[in-house]
Amino acid sequence: MTAMAATATRLGLLACHACALVSRPAAAGGPARCPRCGAHLHHRKPNSIGRTWAFLIAAYVLYVPANLLPIMDTSSLIEFQRDTIMSGVVFLWTSGSWPLAGLVFFASIVVPLAKLIALTLLLVSVQRRSPWRPYERARLYRFIEFVGRWSMLDIYVVAILAALVQIQSLATIHAGPGAIAFGAVVVLSMFAASAFDPRLIWEPVNEGHD
Amino acid sequence: MTEAPRDATEIPEALAVPVRRRSFQIVWIIPIVAALIGGWLAVMAILERGPTIRITFKTAEGLEAGKTRIKYKNVDMGTVTNIELSEDRSQVIAMAELTPQAEGLLVKDTRFWVVRPRIAGSQISGLGTLVSGSYIGVDIGKSTKRKRKFTGLETPPIVTADLPGREFVLSGEDLGSLDIGSPVYLRRIQVGQVVAFALDKDGNGVTLRIFVQSPYDRYVTVNTHFWQASGIDLTLDAAGIKVQTESLASILLGGIAFQTPPGVALAAEAEKDALFTLFADQTTAMKRPVQEIATFVVYFGESLRGLSPGAPVDFSGVVIGEVKSIDAEFYPAKKEFRFPVEIEIYPERLRARNRKPRTRTKPDKIKVLLDGLVARGVRAQLKSGNLLTGQLFVALDTFPGAPPAAVDWSKSPPVLPSTPGAIEELQVMLANVTKKIEEISFDEIGADARQALAALVRTLKGMDALVLRLDQEVAPAARAALEGARKTLVSTEQTLASDAPLQQDLRAALRALTRTAESLRILADTIERHPETLIRGKQEDEP
Repeated sequence: MTAMAATATRLGLLACHACALVSRPAAAGGPARCPRCGAHLHHRKPNSIGRTWAFLIAAYVLYVPANLLPIMDTSSLIEFQRDTIMSGVVFLWTSGSWPLAGLVFFASIVVPLAKLIALTLLLVSVQRRSPWRPYERARLYRFIEFVGRWSMLDIYVVAILAALVQIQSLATIHAGPGAIAFGAVVVLSMFAASAFDPRLIWEPVNEGHD
Repeated sequence: MTEAPRDATEIPEALAVPVRRRSFQIVWIIPIVAALIGGWLAVMAILERGPTIRITFKTAEGLEAGKTRIKYKNVDMGTVTNIELSEDRSQVIAMAELTPQAEGLLVKDTRFWVVRPRIAGSQISGLGTLVSGSYIGVDIGKSTKRKRKFTGLETPPIVTADLPGREFVLSGEDLGSLDIGSPVYLRRIQVGQVVAFALDKDGNGVTLRIFVQSPYDRYVTVNTHFWQASGIDLTLDAAGIKVQTESLASILLGGIAFQTPPGVALAAEAEKDALFTLFADQTTAMKRPVQEIATFVVYFGESLRGLSPGAPVDFSGVVIGEVKSIDAEFYPAKKEFRFPVEIEIYPERLRARNRKPRTRTKPDKIKVLLDGLVARGVRAQLKSGNLLTGQLFVALDTFPGAPPAAVDWSKSPPVLPSTPGAIEELQVMLANVTKKIEEISFDEIGADARQALAALVRTLKGMDALVLRLDQEVAPAARAALEGARKTLVSTEQTLASDAPLQQDLRAALRALTRTAESLRILADTIERHPETLIRGKQEDEP
């Protein structure tokens, strides 16, 4: 990592987020558009920290009902059952499907929570302009972005089951309110990840070398 | 900008956009909306969350945490969330979460029980749970006191709170073959059931609670009598053998019957939880209710075997009381035992015979009445009611020839005079007969008989001689006479034979006589029709 890399910001230039064209800021100052593709040009993602916080807080809020409310209502001739994510994991564990239980636990409980915590960590560190381990933090961000799409595993299962098992009066499966909340958590955390501008990680590092 | 661009011409200039100022970041709406949704979900969850209750059961058979439902009239009221053992491990504690609408049913007398298939003596229930699994049934109480901890019933309650009717309390000697759920009959119609029973605290009886359904409960009046209709009631007493049953089901399962005794004035309906006596059988229950009791003691000379408390006291065949107790008294002065029989007499029954039902018999009136009766020769007597079983009863009967006696009013209770019973009388008579037989002098009778026999022998010898003479002298003459008679008979027979000449002549003469009679009749006819012929002679027919 070269400490004194010539970044666009350093050079007083703007890079387009959409087509990556580098352009000079408009002479008039203020907001600008990309001369090639017409996208809004920003020095950094506008209000990145604020937006990320907003999504993150929304995700945190919905994480609670996502785990407490049932995500699946199974009703059959004999019984009626409501399952939360955790009760599903417990069921898988007690019935001996340990790998599956582990997978569901990891994908549906650990990953979303880890993502939220990691984003919080990134935000706090960026807000405090901490130069602490920027390289690891950047890798963490890339991991968060990558893993986001896998958190929807549970929702897929519920959606498929609800569509498949619809034998009226014998057995039906409905998605519970928890599924909506859980889906919202995953989507919001993805939004939060995309709203975060990873370049902010490097600002304090670069400044530190000024 | 820290550094000037190296080549400004190479890098295109960005397009300027008109400034748009936004004081508020729209993005913050998202967490607000999320918080609203989350809050709403939380509020809903709290609102949906009804009360949590604790029910203790003897066993968790059929119960499953998270699955067993609580149902009232088959409407879902909640779910068992947890099942655990009590600390002393004697019971099972089921925690259940109810729906908010179940809040109202958590009162003091609400009852819970596990509905599972049951086969009881008279009914089969809960078969549906074979497929659907057991659930907890609820019967909502009527109390206003709230409660969260309940003790579950082991068996479903017989009567649910919403069933119209009334409960009554019965106290009886023993339970008989009754059980919870045993039927209650009114004139052999099942109108209720036994709800509960318990042994009295002193152990001297049982108390039962019965439920009588509406509208039959209004037939339970203050005067109603209840009795055990359990099984077969076989009585063997002075009146003979009696078999009484209520219905086939009650033979097997027992039951209670009630009725207001006939002849009792209609009374007000009994209050809820009113206390009644449970009689052992119908006869006892339907006895005419007795208000007045006069107690007397009777001493009998004979054995009291066969006389039992409860035996009737009858007056010329009408039951007027019963034997209350039989004791033994020892008189050291006379060194003898006496056996007082305490009897109860219901003066009103005597009075009823007097046809003065309104006036209450005063004690002195009883005195006057009984003194009069005893003076006329009325005595107490032991009689055998049933020769087969040897049961005795006390009879008051008139014995005109009885030695004079009087009621001993100085004792308490007063002593009624008695007379030896029929059996004893028979014994005395037999003794008298034996005595008389003993008094007969059989020696003299023997001597007389011998003399008489000697005379008889002499007479017989005389008779013998007479017969011999008859045989020798009379027999030949008689034979000759008989021979003559036979000859006469033969000639008569010949004369009377149909082909004899006498017969022929007689027949011809009879025919001639017939013809003569005929012509005479014609003549008489003619004279009757034409009497003038006697004078003018027979006229020819006119042309």
